[in-house]
Amino acid sequence: MMSLYSRRIWINRIGITLSMVAMSLGLIALLWILWTLFSKGFAALSWDLFTQDTPAPGSEGGGLRNAIVGSGLILLFSMLIATPIGILAGIYLAEFGRVSKFAAFTRFMTDIMLSAPSIVIGLFVYALFVATTGGFSGWAGSLALALIAIPVVVRTTENMLKLVPTSLREAAFAVGAPRWQVSLKVTLRAVKSGVVTGVLLAMARITGETAPLLFTALNNQFFSTNMSEPMGNLPVVIYQFALSPYENWVNLAWAGALLIALLVLAVNIGVRVAFRNKDKR
Amino acid sequence: MSDQAMQTGENSALQIRNLDFFYGDFKGLKNVNLDIAHKKVTAFIGPSGCGKSTLLRTFNRMYDLYPGQRAEGQILFHGKNLLDKGQDVNLVRAKIGMVFQKPTPFPMTIYENIAFGVRLYERMSKSAMDDRVEWALKKAALWGEVKDKLQQSGLSLSGGQQQRLCIARAVAVKPEIVLLDEPTSALDPISTAKIEELINELKSDYTIAIVTHNMQQAARISDFTAFMYLGELIEFNETSTIFMRPGKKQTEDYITGRFG
Repeated sequence: MMSLYSRRIWINRIGITLSMVAMSLGLIALLWILWTLFSKGFAALSWDLFTQDTPAPGSEGGGLRNAIVGSGLILLFSMLIATPIGILAGIYLAEFGRVSKFAAFTRFMTDIMLSAPSIVIGLFVYALFVATTGGFSGWAGSLALALIAIPVVVRTTENMLKLVPTSLREAAFAVGAPRWQVSLKVTLRAVKSGVVTGVLLAMARITGETAPLLFTALNNQFFSTNMSEPMGNLPVVIYQFALSPYENWVNLAWAGALLIALLVLAVNIGVRVAFRNKDKR
Repeated sequence: MSDQAMQTGENSALQIRNLDFFYGDFKGLKNVNLDIAHKKVTAFIGPSGCGKSTLLRTFNRMYDLYPGQRAEGQILFHGKNLLDKGQDVNLVRAKIGMVFQKPTPFPMTIYENIAFGVRLYERMSKSAMDDRVEWALKKAALWGEVKDKLQQSGLSLSGGQQQRLCIARAVAVKPEIVLLDEPTSALDPISTAKIEELINELKSDYTIAIVTHNMQQAARISDFTAFMYLGELIEFNETSTIFMRPGKKQTEDYITGRFG
C-alpha cells in the first residue's frame, strides 16, 4: 500500500513539474516580447508622440498623433458596428435557434469567420467596398475590423448565455415574459460582465490587425478625422516605418508597437479587475 | 379515480382530463385525471421520477420551452383547454405563477425583481408600482427584512429570503394559481417553516399546487394530496384521508416509508 501511495506522490510531483515548465515557457515568451518592446520603444516615448504627426522620410522628430487618432476612430466605429450585431446574433444562437438549421448554419459560418485569415477579410472589403466606392477610407477600415470582431463577440455572447442556468430562464418565462424580454432583460443581464469582457477582448484582438487595414484605410501621413478619406493608423504606420531604412521611423515604429501592446494589456487587466468583484457576489 | 376528482368539480381552478405527457417517445404521464380545488392547497407526492414535477409543469406549459416534449389531453382553466395550440402561453403564465426548487432571483435589484413581471401586463405610475412592490413583499413576509434595501441586488439576499422574493415575484402579478415545485428542498428548516407558514396564508387568496418530496410537509400544509407513481396518478383525496386511511396499497406503502 505504501508503495502505491508513494508512487502516486511521485507521479503528482512529475505532473506538477511538467506543467510548471510548460507555463514558464509561455510566460518567458510573453515577457521577452514585452521586454523587447519596452527597451526599444521606451526611448522613443515622449509627449511629441501624441502631439505631432508622422514625420517625412529622413526628417527628425515627429510623432504618431495622426495614427493614434486614426486608429482610435477606426476602432470606435468598428466596435459600434460589431457590438450590437455580435450580441444580437449571439442571443439568437443561444436563446432562439438552439436547434434550428439556420442557427447551425450561422454557427458554422461564425466558426469559419473566426479562423479566416485577416488578409482575406481585408481583400474582401477591398473588392466589395473600396473598389466600388472609389477609394481607401476610414469607413472601409472600420468595416474590415468589424468583420473580424463580430464572430468573436457572437461566440463569447453565445457561450456566456449558455452558462445561464435553465432555472433562471424558466423563472423569467414563468412570470409571463415573452422570449425577447427574457433574453434582453434577464439572461443577458445575468452574464453582462462576461459579454462586456468579450466585446473588450474583441477590441483588443483587432487593435493590432494590420493586413485588413492595408487594403482598406491604407494610411495618411496627415492628421485627419474624415472617415471617408484614407486614414492614418498605428498598425500600418508600424508596418511601414519598421521596414524603412530611416532610424527615426524605426524608433517611432517601436514606440507605436509599445503603445498597442500597452493598450491591449491595459484592456485585458482592466477587464479582469473591473469584473472580479462583481462575479463573486 | 375520476369519481373522486369529480367530487370537487364545481369548485375547481383546474380540471385535468385524460392527460398524457411525452418526453420524445417516453411517456411521462399516463392518463391523469384530477381537479385542483379553488383556493386550496393541493400537494403532489411520490418517489423521484414519478411525474409530479412534469404534471406541475404542464399547468403553465413550461414544457413548451423544450422541443420534443408534448402534452395531450385537456387542462381546463375557466372552461378553456390550456393545451390548445391557440392558447397564448405568456398570458397563461401570468395567470398561473410558478416558484422553483432553487431560488432564482433575476440579476437586478429587489425592487426590479418584483416590478419586472408586473410591468409586462400592467401600466402604472411609479407610486402605484411602489405600492405593489410593498404589497407583494408583505404577502411574502419579506417586507420587514428588505424595506431598507430595495435597491440592492436580489442576489445579495440569503437563500430563504431569495425564495420568498421569488414567491413575492409570483404573487405580484396577481395570478390565480401559484405552482410551487419543491420550493423548500434547497432551504434550511427555519426558512422552510417560514415558507410553509406563508403558503398557509396565501391559500386564502390563491389556489396553490405544490410538489414536495417531504411527506410531513404535504401532511402539514395541504388540503388535498395526490400520490403519483411511474407517471400515473395512483390516489387523490383529502390529505387527511390519504395519510390516515389510504385507499391503495401502493399509497400506504409509500407514506409508511416502505418504498420510495
